[in-house]
Amino acid sequence: MIEIINLSKSFNGKPVLKKLNLTVQSGETLVVIGRSGCGKSVLLKHIIGIMRPEGGQILIDGEDVARAKGRELERIRMKFGMLFQGSALFDSLTIGENVGFALQEHTTMDERSVATRVRECLQMVGLKGIEEMKPSELSGGMRKRVGLARAIARNPQLILYDEPTTGIDPIMGDAINDLIKALHDKLKVTSIAVTHDMTSAYKIASRIAMLYDGKIVEVGTSEEIRHTSNPIVRQFVTGAATGPITTEE
Amino acid sequence: MGNPLRVQQIAGVWIGMGVRFITFLEYIGGLITLFVQTLLWILVPPLKSKRIFQQMCVIGVESLPIVSLIALFIGIVLALQSAYQMQKLSADIYIASLVSLSVTREIGPVITALVVAGRVGAAMAAELGTMKVTEQIDALETLATNPVKYLVVPRFVATTFMLPILTIYADYIGILGGYLFGVYKLGIGSALYWKMTYNPLVLKDVFTGLIKSVFFGMIIAMIGCYEGFRVEGGAEGVGRATTLAVVISFVLIIAADCLFTTLFYFAF
Repeated sequence: MIEIINLSKSFNGKPVLKKLNLTVQSGETLVVIGRSGCGKSVLLKHIIGIMRPEGGQILIDGEDVARAKGRELERIRMKFGMLFQGSALFDSLTIGENVGFALQEHTTMDERSVATRVRECLQMVGLKGIEEMKPSELSGGMRKRVGLARAIARNPQLILYDEPTTGIDPIMGDAINDLIKALHDKLKVTSIAVTHDMTSAYKIASRIAMLYDGKIVEVGTSEEIRHTSNPIVRQFVTGAATGPITTEE
Repeated sequence: MGNPLRVQQIAGVWIGMGVRFITFLEYIGGLITLFVQTLLWILVPPLKSKRIFQQMCVIGVESLPIVSLIALFIGIVLALQSAYQMQKLSADIYIASLVSLSVTREIGPVITALVVAGRVGAAMAAELGTMKVTEQIDALETLATNPVKYLVVPRFVATTFMLPILTIYADYIGILGGYLFGVYKLGIGSALYWKMTYNPLVLKDVFTGLIKSVFFGMIIAMIGCYEGFRVEGGAEGVGRATTLAVVISFVLIIAADCLFTTLFYFAF
């Protein structure tokens, strides 16, 4: 279980997260929705310990990521897999080396076992025979899939998705959504996804949380969010230009 | 009481200077932190020899053509410039000694370092900067891999090790440049030229140059990697970091050269 308690973060004096509270239950897929630049990715980066908060706690099975350092932080990170918005594949490595990266670095598996696991992970995301290719040779959708294969290679307990469907066409986006659902059902992992794509959110979420003005303003199931009475959430999910959320930055 | 506008202007100048000074201190602090982290991570096993070897090839082997070209031209120019004076004193033969001493003690290490800073330091800043803006460095961390250990240590070790080797090579090529001019243009005998090249040279001359190049290598790797890690924004940030990596490396190499030359002058 992940518990986020009073999480605060600001950049250049501008608060982005303001004493944010959120709980993610084991085995669920929680989707955090919100406008671009509202701090969704910042929230994810705090959960995995890439960013340090100015205040608050992030408890992963009772261990505070915000206070963890060195080996302890590495051990907590081993529980995670993360899919980045732009996939963040290592340009200088082949697809096989990308997917098997964590296995090569942190396990004693021999090359043949790593290669077998890489092939399995690529098959799970619907790819095969691309181990020797470089990331630059792949399309955006394929890169996302490889990013996902890399995220699951180490059998993580928690998977974080940063805008999984952004930057790819709607058909590929839906394929990625199906993949996220399939992986969730197959691997029984806890997932947190951040997105502003409501189609994706409705499809993959067990629960949806809306981040607005540095706080979670509502949490509920897809149906509850779809029929919410909260004017902020309603404006966002319907995509209306007018309402309590202004378009001024 | 003075003119309030004037007071405001003066205050603005002081505040501006203060901000710049703090930024400078932050830069130095960050650089020293990265340097200490790099040294500590070198001591933490395993030290991946494959990655170090890859960097050695990029930094050392691939720099050979440009280092050869520059060192050869510098050797010829040195011989030409000294001939301009020496011929007036009918002391042409000392051109060989002058070239060999100045190349091994000074020109070889400095020119090699500047060439490598321009070629390799800039590439480090650009590569790491691009990795930063495309979240590849964040991805490394999520894969429980320390970016300093994975990215900086191999570059630091390889540059620090390869620069002295490149310097020895540049010394030879520079001396060869002087030889070509001295023997084929000024008509100095080949055997005599070599004799006058090696006679005044003592081991100390070569070693002082090599000690300098070790430190130059550290400077190039540290500045290149640090500028890469500091990149903010997109392509513009990467471009700025690349330029800064070269400019700062050049200044620090020349400053370090001045410091070491003074030190060696008084110490030995």
